[in-house]
Amino acid sequence: MSRYIVRRLLTAIPTLLVISFVIFVILDQAPSDPTGNLPMTIPPEVREQIRETMGYNDPFVIKYVKWLRQFFVYEPLNILEDSLNITIGDSEGRLRLRSYATRGPVVDLIIERMPQTLWVVGSSFILSIIIAIPIGVLSAYKQYSWFDQLGTLFAMLGFSVPTFFTGILCILIFSVRLGWFPSIYDTTHKVTDWASFVVQIKQSIMPVAVLAFASAAQLSQFTRSAVLDNLNQDYVRTARAKGLHERVVILVHVLRNSLIPVVTLIALGIPTIFGGAIITEQIFRVNGLGQLLIIAIQGNDIPLVQTLTFIFAVLIVLFNIIADVLYGILDPRIRYD
Amino acid sequence: MSSEPAQLNIPGHTEEHQHRSLWMDVWIQYRKHKGAMLGTIILLFLILAVTFGPMIYTVSADEINLQAINASGLPWQENFSWSHPFGADNLGRDTLARCLVGGRISIAVGLSAMLIALVVGTTVGILAGYYPMLDGPLMRITDMFFALPLLPLLLVVILLFRDSLRQIFGPEWGIFILIVSVIGILNWMPTARVVRGDVLALKEQEFVTAAVSIGTRSQNILLRHIFPNVLSPIMVSATLGIANAILTESALSFLGLGFPSDFPTWGRVLFDGLNFIQITPMLVFWPGLLISLTVLSVNFIGNGLRDALDPRLRGR
Repeated sequence: MSRYIVRRLLTAIPTLLVISFVIFVILDQAPSDPTGNLPMTIPPEVREQIRETMGYNDPFVIKYVKWLRQFFVYEPLNILEDSLNITIGDSEGRLRLRSYATRGPVVDLIIERMPQTLWVVGSSFILSIIIAIPIGVLSAYKQYSWFDQLGTLFAMLGFSVPTFFTGILCILIFSVRLGWFPSIYDTTHKVTDWASFVVQIKQSIMPVAVLAFASAAQLSQFTRSAVLDNLNQDYVRTARAKGLHERVVILVHVLRNSLIPVVTLIALGIPTIFGGAIITEQIFRVNGLGQLLIIAIQGNDIPLVQTLTFIFAVLIVLFNIIADVLYGILDPRIRYD
Repeated sequence: MSSEPAQLNIPGHTEEHQHRSLWMDVWIQYRKHKGAMLGTIILLFLILAVTFGPMIYTVSADEINLQAINASGLPWQENFSWSHPFGADNLGRDTLARCLVGGRISIAVGLSAMLIALVVGTTVGILAGYYPMLDGPLMRITDMFFALPLLPLLLVVILLFRDSLRQIFGPEWGIFILIVSVIGILNWMPTARVVRGDVLALKEQEFVTAAVSIGTRSQNILLRHIFPNVLSPIMVSATLGIANAILTESALSFLGLGFPSDFPTWGRVLFDGLNFIQITPMLVFWPGLLISLTVLSVNFIGNGLRDALDPRLRGR
């Protein structure tokens, strides 16, 4: 197994290199100027010097290799230093990946935004699992019943209604009409006591529910078909013939086996949820990674766009590997070696 | 069925044994799927409405009517008028007219992006499935595309190439071509995978061996024997492709990176109404509902097609 993991991780390296190269080539075409956000009073010669020190005029390949070194060597080292409070080598002399707009290091911006996205995406994911798996199991167990029909309709709605429409409907109903929840997510809010915790829950309900609805749709249909596949297996008949209680047959025997493909789908779905969060964050004004990406794109902030897009790609590749490995661990019939 | 008595006497030649084509079977099965039939009817109605609607409902989509500014789309509110049944926006442009014209573009984007994705996906899938030599490299490329972060990349590419394409094809068609081709090029992978799998299974079957043995050239085998047999997965992924493309286009417009405001699509009308959600909620509601209805009916059609084309389910 560990051999398989190592092999997968090694093959991921060329994939990621190609993807980073593609992103770099596309973004290199952008008509952007690193000094575009600086004051107008700076004379052109100084501007030229700034561009020169930022390496803007270097040939393409040099820029790419420099970026690779910054992304894979320098910034991880900086994060290590910050988190452990130590100094590794010449930490002042390392050229950092800087945003054109804020001129601060890109990594700091991302770390600043990470908790909000993780909170919203994480809790929506947990919520969608809690909703989807019982619906899927029950729909399969009572196939073609009214509950199953309702579950299928729920899933179709989840596939088809875009998150920005469900989000806006939620705002219209719960914020504008009823005034229950705030329509804007306040990130400066700090949880200190019970009352502020309630406020935090209230402001997270709508973004989390909207995202969870979209991902629960796919998950519940998948669970349903996985359970259906297992219900007709011989081992289920054996369990029933032994005289096991129906609840034990379903919840212990069938559910455990059906969850194997579902768990891998959950792993595969995590990067997609990060992508979907771009839109949800925009609706509810959550200042997470997705909103950072939109701001960076609109402001032509190339280093930031590059890094964020590449991080999304890394997430996809990483969770693909995790899904395959999980499959091997959970299902003893699958052996990779 | 002919009613001539001579034919009726032939044993076994009754109504049940009448020759039916494959597509007739599919249609009979498809009609039984209630959701799919409802979806077909709604989709046809929407397509007819956006095609002929602007000819019947002749209010202009870009005319600025100062008296209708922020007209409400709800009959029980005081600033409602029957000349603007869906209301109007902050510039006094009629929402119904904008939704009708916008629907043309949204549906056109869906159809054309789906066509691009389908052509690329089918070609890659058939080539990879049929020629073992091409299988490895083509599937590696497919995996690579699967690993691309689609939405961020779409946003970036559109931002970068918007201006240059606008100069070549004009402000409206430039962005149309850009959006359609980018959505198409980033969404062909599922089709390619499904088609490749089917081709791999098909090429081992006897009729292909027979065709090879009588010396049929490989491009003829691909076109006449393989391609017609992979039509069903292609059709199912076509419906998914339309739904996906419409959703993606509206998401782009929603993020403000799609079509310009004077070239309305459903997503764009919704985006424009977003800042006035407290004053004229209907401005956001109608385009959102239209997007959801279209995608929902396309998805139901896809479900019905999948069931109808599956020979194991047919005839039940």
